[in-house]
Amino acid sequence: MKPGRTRGRGAAGNAPFLARARDLGIRRGGRWLVRHVDLTVRRGEIVTLIGPNGSGKSTTARALLGLLKADEGHIETKSGLSVGYVPQAFAIERTLPLSVARLMTLTGRHERSAIRAALGDVGIEDLIDAPVQRLSGGEFQRAMLARALVRKPDLLVLDEPAQGVDFAGEIALYDRIGAIREQRGCGILLISHDLHIVMAQTDTVVCLNGHVCCSGTPQNVSENPEYRRLFGPAAARRVAVYRHHHDHAHAPDGAIIPTEPGDHA
Amino acid sequence: MLDDFFVRALLAGIAVAFIAGPLGCFIVWRRMAYFGDTIAHSALLGVAAGLALNLDTTLAVFIVAAVVALALLFLERRTHLAGDVILGILSHSTLALALVLIALLNGINVDLLAYLLGDILAVSKDDILVMSGAGAVSLAGLAMIWRPLLADTADTELARAEGLRPERARAVYMLLLAGVIALAMNIVGILLITALLIIPAATARRFAAGPEHMALIAAGLGAVCVAGGLFGSLALDTPSGPSIVAAAFAVFAGSLALASIQDRKNH
Repeated sequence: MKPGRTRGRGAAGNAPFLARARDLGIRRGGRWLVRHVDLTVRRGEIVTLIGPNGSGKSTTARALLGLLKADEGHIETKSGLSVGYVPQAFAIERTLPLSVARLMTLTGRHERSAIRAALGDVGIEDLIDAPVQRLSGGEFQRAMLARALVRKPDLLVLDEPAQGVDFAGEIALYDRIGAIREQRGCGILLISHDLHIVMAQTDTVVCLNGHVCCSGTPQNVSENPEYRRLFGPAAARRVAVYRHHHDHAHAPDGAIIPTEPGDHA
Repeated sequence: MLDDFFVRALLAGIAVAFIAGPLGCFIVWRRMAYFGDTIAHSALLGVAAGLALNLDTTLAVFIVAAVVALALLFLERRTHLAGDVILGILSHSTLALALVLIALLNGINVDLLAYLLGDILAVSKDDILVMSGAGAVSLAGLAMIWRPLLADTADTELARAEGLRPERARAVYMLLLAGVIALAMNIVGILLITALLIIPAATARRFAAGPEHMALIAAGLGAVCVAGGLFGSLALDTPSGPSIVAAAFAVFAGSLALASIQDRKNH
């Protein structure tokens, strides 16, 4: 596999867009949750949203999915866009008997062989008939990822998928997400709960704080003065761009490259 | 010996149980027992409206229950009050309004208890046809919205994000619920309809491996409870509705006992 840096932005930059927010604003109770947000997810591209709690990460993603109406600006999606969504803090009601296989067909019909293959991709093929209520946090998170993947989505939206997963699990998850992009070439919008770890395969990091505070490659963002002001120099120093273990790369130390003007709010 | 009226009630009751079981599963999964109760109580307002306007009772009950159910769907999103408070207000207000309205319609002799507790004598041959037909149509309707409704039950935003139309499925579900309440009123009575919806479904949970399986078991258990209750009602000369619900409760309690024995064996 080629290192994430050389691929990605070059290739994905020209790819057709899957979903795009332009000057997006969402207002609730007279207050702007997010405003002036520009965001594009292209085929084969991984976009990571980071930002403090309440910065509008989920709001932005949900607007992009058509779950919230834009009060300002607009959302465009490729016609016939198929979406695989892994919502944040998803839980299945205890009274609802649901096997992993049945969870996989919640929003659409799939062959058992396809279900088995998707579960195999995330390493829990043997849990195909297990009740979802018996799964551990990590297993459930994998099942949810497999559920989104079995749909063969153009766009995969993962809202804090590493929540409740330990550090090793988080690293494994990021490897898996990188591999998914490699194999399937879908666009991925990832919301990260962790400000300090951004997966290296990310092409574009968008840092939100009610507006787009900065955006660009992981290196650019971690060195951006806006980012440093928002999270403090200590946090910025701790930012590690997590890279695929084949890379053996460490924290960024390159020169500051200005972010693209178009990505600014 | 089985009298004619008894066979009629049995057939009509089983037809209603077949649809009440699967619909009741969603009440259990979505935690809307109180919601079901509220719509059921509003059915008496339907009875009163039917009497006042000289409409067919079942039709009037269906219309009023459907309006109340859809209004609740709408209100839940628009008010600053908690859902259960709105339900509490509507549940008792509709019941009270209905009782007031029926009292005002003096001159018409109304057997209130028959509506509240069910009356198997009230089931005619035509009713069996109506109940079986409407039950079959309702089951077909439920089958059509099954996937979006189940996805909505698991997570509304997931269903919407992935291109299903959960709002429409929910509205159809409300209409089906209003329909089964209008049908079940004659068998178990307005006050006890919720029991026919939720007790078989709750009992089925233990034995079910999947949602469809649970719906099937609930339908079967509902039919058993209707039959058991009606036989008991005939033997003991007790009102049909309470007898059916008592039978359902006995089955539920039995399943709990069975479960605790199984648990002890496993330990």
